Amino acid sequence: MGEVIVITSGKGGVGKTTTSANIGTALASMGEKVVLIDTDIGLRNLDVVLGLENRIVYDLVDVTNGNCRLKQALIRDKRFDNLALLPAAQTKDKTAVNVDQMKILCDQLKEEFDYVIVDCPAGIEQGFKNAIAGADKAIVVTTPEVAAVRDADRIIGLLEAAELRNPKLIINRIRPLMVKKGDMMDINDMIDILAVELIGVVPEDEIIVVSTNRGEPAVLDAHSQAGQAYRNIAKRITGEDVPFINLEVDEGIFGKVKKMFGIKS
Amino acid sequence: MDLFGRIMGREASLSKNIAKERLRLVLVHDRSNISPQLLESLKEDIIKVISNYMDIDRKGTEITLNSDDQSVALVASIPIIKINRVYPQR
Repeated sequence: MGEVIVITSGKGGVGKTTTSANIGTALASMGEKVVLIDTDIGLRNLDVVLGLENRIVYDLVDVTNGNCRLKQALIRDKRFDNLALLPAAQTKDKTAVNVDQMKILCDQLKEEFDYVIVDCPAGIEQGFKNAIAGADKAIVVTTPEVAAVRDADRIIGLLEAAELRNPKLIINRIRPLMVKKGDMMDINDMIDILAVELIGVVPEDEIIVVSTNRGEPAVLDAHSQAGQAYRNIAKRITGEDVPFINLEVDEGIFGKVKKMFGIKS
Repeated sequence: MDLFGRIMGREASLSKNIAKERLRLVLVHDRSNISPQLLESLKEDIIKVISNYMDIDRKGTEITLNSDDQSVALVASIPIIKINRVYPQR
């Protein structure tokens, strides 16, 4: 029996879809059977981030309306046989699916997959309620900005009200240099404020833009810092104890010397 | 933050501290939107504790949240009927 994990944030544009794609791909690369569900009906994106947009025949609404069988709508990933995507419908709206249908769908999928990753739309309306309906666990994505942390706080409250206790936090797009200068909230600031457990910190990384251009998640790039951070999150999801990457900026002569000799701190 | 910066009084004006303070205020307001049920159970608990020390008018007890721009306060109005005589402890 698998596990359903919803990736949510409240605010849009903080990286839910990128996070879903990367965690899903990383888990698949570790040999887990994974299915990603895009629940952002009307604004489908996960297919593009994964580079699977040309393979879509049926979608989530086709499945819940009974226009096709569940298996027919699942798109197999190009790179991993054990990774599948259930895309969102593009021409319908969020009311095309209801909470009960989502619960049934998640229950069916976790019979067959080890991890069902649900990419939640922004907002707290019907789409959010659908996305969390069948979830066993929740991951909240935020960025070091007042608006994103505020929305994360609201989402954490709503998750707990829906009996999804102890959501885990991903802090995305942190910029170590700005943190060091005191121009960006640091990890501890945000954990203190939100009072939830951290599952990952992802640094701002240009590779994300490049990988999204190509439709290849950053976890496939062995040299990407963000990819490494997502791989670590995937390991933590499977229960492995992985230390957090040191994002502190090297400083002073000692740091420069270490860099010169290629010593990683 | 280095010592020099602190001496210069830059600590408070660091934009991250401004962000934190704004966030703190905004969240106090957001979170103070608590449900009537929660407020009711808070009221019951407060009554229980206070009753250990004095007789209070349960019906006249009011617990509310008052908020303004800068802060949110929990305001309790608890009419006392009788205070038990307190014996000094030996």
